[in-house]
Amino acid sequence: MQDPLFSVRQLSKRYGDQTVVDQLSFDIAPGQCLGVIGPNGAGKTTTVRMCLGLATPDEGQVIFHSATGDLQMPRDSRAIKARLGIVSQFDSLDPDFSCAENLLVFGRYFGLPDAVIRERIPRLLEFAALGSKAPARISELSGGMKRRLSLARALVNDPDLLLLDEPTTGLDPQARHLMWERLQQLVQQGKSILLTTHFMDEAERLCDRLIVLDHGRKMCEGAPRDLIARELEPEVVEVYGSGALEMAQSPLRALATRTEISGETVFFYTHDAKALLQALSGEAHLRTLHRPANLEDLFLKLTGRQIREDA
Amino acid sequence: MSSRPQTAGRSPWRVPQLSLRWVPVFRRNLLVWRKLMIPSLVGNIAEPLITLVAFGYGLGALVGQVQVQGSTLPYIVFLASGSICMSAMNAASFEALYSAFSRMQVQRTWDGIMNAPVELDDVVLAEMLWAAFKALSASAAILLVMLALGISHSPWLLLALPLLGLVGMVFASIALIFNALAKGYDFFTYYFTLFLTPTMFLSGVFFPREQLPGFMQAIAQWLPLTAAVELIRPLFLGQWPAQAGQHLMVLIAYGAGAFWLALALTRRRFRA
Repeated sequence: MQDPLFSVRQLSKRYGDQTVVDQLSFDIAPGQCLGVIGPNGAGKTTTVRMCLGLATPDEGQVIFHSATGDLQMPRDSRAIKARLGIVSQFDSLDPDFSCAENLLVFGRYFGLPDAVIRERIPRLLEFAALGSKAPARISELSGGMKRRLSLARALVNDPDLLLLDEPTTGLDPQARHLMWERLQQLVQQGKSILLTTHFMDEAERLCDRLIVLDHGRKMCEGAPRDLIARELEPEVVEVYGSGALEMAQSPLRALATRTEISGETVFFYTHDAKALLQALSGEAHLRTLHRPANLEDLFLKLTGRQIREDA
Repeated sequence: MSSRPQTAGRSPWRVPQLSLRWVPVFRRNLLVWRKLMIPSLVGNIAEPLITLVAFGYGLGALVGQVQVQGSTLPYIVFLASGSICMSAMNAASFEALYSAFSRMQVQRTWDGIMNAPVELDDVVLAEMLWAAFKALSASAAILLVMLALGISHSPWLLLALPLLGLVGMVFASIALIFNALAKGYDFFTYYFTLFLTPTMFLSGVFFPREQLPGFMQAIAQWLPLTAAVELIRPLFLGQWPAQAGQHLMVLIAYGAGAFWLALALTRRRFRA
């Protein structure tokens, strides 16, 4: 890997008896998108907060490798944040301002002169597909527009690294696709991205590398395709319908390497599904879905299929 | 191998780290205010002026002259000089409680700001100065109306403006303590009924403190609003306040102490 732009080393955070982040380390290279996936309460947001200097780690370091030397959170928080763009989980746009004013006011927090910000505003709104919305109030925007304005706001200081905490949660499919397209453009422009999400399609599409986080610990790390190939059988047959659950105990089991049950569905993991599909074709009351293994399977294998109370 | 960062477990009581980064936060609030200036000023001015007219002219006709520390003055002047301090107190308190809480908790404006290179200390300082500015603008407007009503023409009143700004800073800082502790808007009711209302009646706004029982006088003597009234009332009469140094020190001590406490409690709230 290239020399990293941003590093997290043995980061730990405890709240009372609970260890929320446990010895977490990772690097992000320039122009790379790193995804952090994990169930709710896995420590994703706490990790982001420590990266931002908003929470103080109990152990470990957050380092930004700048041309002039290493900067460390929270000591050099101001210098690091000048190089970061942040889209947090909840919109914090200013409801009292128009779209353009939101960008202007936010740019001032970076100490940018008004003239510089005003010159950037049309370009940023254009990028966010909000070109005609400069004078619009925040209350007039849809959820997707608000998120894109948050993204535009995070770009006002032309950052090197974007920290995106669940940037598409709550968006409809069109709005998510538009967001993804913009994020891919940013990576092509050479920006680095740290992204947390619990959408596996999002992680697979956007991220060069992924970390699966659970109970604050890193379960695995790698490129999405590599992780799937390394951890999982290549093919999956999902079986559902009345009597599907008995299949999990039937002799069919021998045709799969691994079997899992989630709700009313049985998942057969196998290197070759032919024999299994043939055997299932006799069971007319069952519905089957044959597909390649994906990130969702990996995620569920590592973090468990049971529904958590705090989820 | 895990190194413990030097900053782990930073005390919330550490010295305030102040910088000029409060300026853009202040300007943000100013930009909002400019859009809502007229209704905001009307709200800040109308109530104290109604009180002034009702009590000043109504009650003033019954009371006539008031004797305070050797000087005799018309009740309307007595009330005007006290109520302008009260207006500064109320304007600063409202802003640093309800409005600051909206920005901190409801709109998450503070969270957004702290994503930029602006620290919590800067935000709290900006909120304090902003609430003081609102107190100053409201009391300046009221002062203009008082001048127009001919309540006083003393040129010394120019000195009242910076003092009212200071009064705003003191009460903004005290209010920010309660803002840091609040779970919701309801909490502020306690602050208003248990602290601000008694303060208002004990500090010589409506009647001379000498009318109070002894133990209350002893308390009242050290209230910040008392210091404010003692400093500003003589200015209405064209006099230099007695014991000006002591009263100023009381205000500064309250302001500095309250700001530090407010900052520590806000840092704890944000786990910063």
